[in-house]
Amino acid sequence: MDISSWDGTISLAEFHVAARALVEKWKRVSSASPPWSWVSCPKQPWVASHEVEGYLSLENIILVSIKEEHDELLSFPQKEETSCSDKEESIDIATLSQSDRDEICYYDLHIVYSASYRVPVLYFRVYYSDGEPLEFEDIKKHLPAHSAKTLLDSKWTFITQEEHPYLKRPWYKLHPCGTGEWMKLLFQGDVSLARNGAAIEVYLISWLSFVGQVVGLRIPYEMLNQL
Amino acid sequence: MMEAQKYVWEGAIPLQIHLHESEVTTLPPPLPALILAPRIGYLPLLIPHIKPHFNSTLPPGVDTVWFEYKGLPLKWYIPTGVLFDLLCVEPERPWNLTVHFRGYPGNILIPCEGEDSVKWSFINSLKEASYIINGNCKNVMNMSQPDQVELWHSVFNAGNLEAYLKVSSKLKLGTAGHEYSANLNSGSFVSRQSTGDTDATGQVKTGRVPVRLYVWGVSEDFDDLEDAPQIDSWDKISYINRPVEIHGEEGKCFTLLDAVKSLLPEHFQYKSLTNEESSKEEGEDEQKVPSEEGGENLSEDVESCYPSDNAEVKLVRIQGIEPKLEIPFSWVVHNLMNPEHFLHICVCLKVSQVKIPSDG
Repeated sequence: MDISSWDGTISLAEFHVAARALVEKWKRVSSASPPWSWVSCPKQPWVASHEVEGYLSLENIILVSIKEEHDELLSFPQKEETSCSDKEESIDIATLSQSDRDEICYYDLHIVYSASYRVPVLYFRVYYSDGEPLEFEDIKKHLPAHSAKTLLDSKWTFITQEEHPYLKRPWYKLHPCGTGEWMKLLFQGDVSLARNGAAIEVYLISWLSFVGQVVGLRIPYEMLNQL
Repeated sequence: MMEAQKYVWEGAIPLQIHLHESEVTTLPPPLPALILAPRIGYLPLLIPHIKPHFNSTLPPGVDTVWFEYKGLPLKWYIPTGVLFDLLCVEPERPWNLTVHFRGYPGNILIPCEGEDSVKWSFINSLKEASYIINGNCKNVMNMSQPDQVELWHSVFNAGNLEAYLKVSSKLKLGTAGHEYSANLNSGSFVSRQSTGDTDATGQVKTGRVPVRLYVWGVSEDFDDLEDAPQIDSWDKISYINRPVEIHGEEGKCFTLLDAVKSLLPEHFQYKSLTNEESSKEEGEDEQKVPSEEGGENLSEDVESCYPSDNAEVKLVRIQGIEPKLEIPFSWVVHNLMNPEHFLHICVCLKVSQVKIPSDG
């Protein structure tokens, strides 16, 4: 892939390749964490079709900000399991105080391809343990500090609430407007990425390492290693 | 050329709006409100005109306004004309809608806080259109404040086409094939791209056109629109928000039908069983590399292909009219698009009952 003339966007077919790569690598590297999975959706619900589209899904995960000052963020699976990598602090959920437990909210993350912007887009929803969705103002409180600030600076152009393209329900979405540009910068800045013929396979992983920061999803360090 | 745009801009739907019976607290119940709704406008923008009509009878509480047609909550970010074309196959005049001021179905409809929400949705769509056409949103993002206000007001009032055109032309959103020398009488047509680059031989590159396609299918034929099945659920409509990619090939005319078919490849595209494609089919991910060449690809793949489950286009409705499908697509785009530069197309397909089983 010729990075210099590339505009940072990908085709639908490339998205599928990148999605598969993300799912496989995530499973390999982060086996204790809940896996990303591909959800297939028929294009037209009222007719059987050979054509399926789909999206990546990671649901029911907890993203907790432990100490606001440190802005440390963890992603770890529910309940008893903890992810124990040297690079991450592990938390035993049972030791969280009762008030912390009340604050725990769950995230559903979906990665959907946008034909208009030709990039992946993050859709997410946030809800309490009883399934009750959070109000936008409360979501902002749960976002990492720097993310919330950017939100305040450019209100509606950052996170918008839109209909999920497949589920047809209101979801939050990270606006894809600048994605092509910063993906290009990301790849240009990493010589090994540019040289590596399998750049598409790491596209989503790289994308997620940036975008995940908005909601506080930490990407395991090993995901970003070139094989 | 201005005429067609003017007709579209001034198109309106007569609405008869009934307050939902659960919100009527006075006797006699209020009469429905009659209002002429601009096609290119949005339902929430009508609220300031409707509310006074029902104010005295509403139960106490905070207003959370939403509209409904025969039980179907209406998506407020879809232009009024498109909703009408889609949901009222046999046009109903006036169009009878129900308004609610309470009990917003937040699990189905995204929130709407009046004019601001509609405006932001409009601007976001405009940015998306700009990105599709130019590869970036810069022109929209860099609009001056007065221009933004002017643009929104011209849409909001749907009265001032000249004002809209003045501001909109600064955005440089001429779409592929926009500038063309058309000889519609003789049927020949040459399209040139206004924003694309041309190389030394004069071949133009692909351009992308913002399109929103609303597709619904029927398995039984109908001759009269009255007999068309009623759409009672959004699940019955396939919403395809995908740009149409067109080439400016010398001597070839890219028609409206070509555009519609390019967005529905599974119904119209000939599948080529080359080695490359069969190796891509794995497990449940049956992915077909989407052809980015619209209809022009077909002749190349004829040797090793089979027709897919072909559907029949029963109805194509844009801005309340059913254009002849042979009309050059670029004409349709230029004259029938909405102010946010999207062309909204309502399509009814007749699909056969017997379906080829999926490989997945």
